[in-house]
Amino acid sequence: MLTKRIIPCLDIKDGRTVKGINFVDLRDAGDPVELAAAYARQGADELVFLDIAATEENRGTLAELVRHVAEQIDIPFTVGGGISSESHVETLLHNGADKVSLNSAAVRNPDLIDSLAKKYGSQCIVVALDAKWVEGQWLIHLVGGKVPTEVELFSWAREVVDRGAGELLFTSMDHDGTKNGFANEALARMSEEVTVPVIASGGAGTRAHFADAFLEGKADAALAASVFHFNEIPIPDLKQYLSQKGIPVRL
Amino acid sequence: MDVVIIDYGAGNIQSIRFAFERMGIHPELSDSAERISRADRVIFPGVGEAASAMAKLQRSGLDTLLPELQQPVLGICLGMQLMCRYSEEGDTPGLGIFDTVVRRFTPGLKVPQIGWNNISNLKSPLFKGVEEGSYIYLVHSYYAPLCPETVAESDYGLAYSAALARENFYGVQFHPEKSSRVGAKILQNFIEL
Repeated sequence: MLTKRIIPCLDIKDGRTVKGINFVDLRDAGDPVELAAAYARQGADELVFLDIAATEENRGTLAELVRHVAEQIDIPFTVGGGISSESHVETLLHNGADKVSLNSAAVRNPDLIDSLAKKYGSQCIVVALDAKWVEGQWLIHLVGGKVPTEVELFSWAREVVDRGAGELLFTSMDHDGTKNGFANEALARMSEEVTVPVIASGGAGTRAHFADAFLEGKADAALAASVFHFNEIPIPDLKQYLSQKGIPVRL
Repeated sequence: MDVVIIDYGAGNIQSIRFAFERMGIHPELSDSAERISRADRVIFPGVGEAASAMAKLQRSGLDTLLPELQQPVLGICLGMQLMCRYSEEGDTPGLGIFDTVVRRFTPGLKVPQIGWNNISNLKSPLFKGVEEGSYIYLVHSYYAPLCPETVAESDYGLAYSAALARENFYGVQFHPEKSSRVGAKILQNFIEL
């Protein structure tokens, strides 16, 4: 039986791991490769590396990090943050990334999704959807949630899947950093409206929040950062808990 | 041990190389028929779309070489699918090493299947020391149905082939290079065949 995935997210800046609270107030949480190896040992199902300060100049640093991770880690990982061109994707995949996650670039240039999916296959194209509840609807936000758009979340989700996205990473900016639980209602709706897996992100604070994301939010995977980085929720405990709740997980 | 990973421009082969390097084996990447022919072990990877991957194989003449290889050959993911007779993806004739077709998962399932699923009914030296029900990592939209060459099963809406084998040819739908300790054990078994 296909299991629900637990995915620690490592925010990266200048090749180091940082933790974001609502995407500001950064705090150093260690060496990404070491942290990744520790998570793999603990039973993390997958990892996401998010370059939160991506610029043209530090592309090489990110590619080097991806290579070191791929050399040492035997579980899949996704790389995101500032990815805006086919050549950048090529570099990351060539260095050993399993998937790339597109965000702002997908909104600014939706055709990029089509061309990447055609060239590399949908299985390695994740589209990240950062959204906020604004006057009765979910609207996509860019640049780490700072820039609002007029793009409506669910219609955009359907469009990116039609264009070839193989997976969606949905972050509720209203829940992110609150530790009050995931946006389960919106998650469940998204999961019903698209045919690809949905990763829940934003709001994890307790083990029960993960169970809720899977049971109520119908998510295929759940991503979190700080609760894992500071060992507030050890991954083996979380998986035992989910298993006891009847949720299929890899133990 | 001389391991060659076939490098025909289809997908992420670095991860496979790194997986062998973690075992102390240093595989060579090649698309040369001569180089591939004299390897002890051949890895046939593949990620992406079937028709374009097949076209790439044909351009380098590897479509005729592969079925004639005598040493152990391991197809991974799309590599395994291309070793079958036919794929519904892009209406693509395959290499015909395994006598089965490859179908798309039925509507109603999330496709691709992404994540960790378990394998059972293990019946190949590839799975020596691997427990029934072990978890492996998969990413795929197409599958090979159960057939006489099935040597491991998995289940996603229906039971399908997680691995196929015939004579010196082996194929796995999952990614052993991304399947943690279980995957490393399977790669080790392939080396020790």
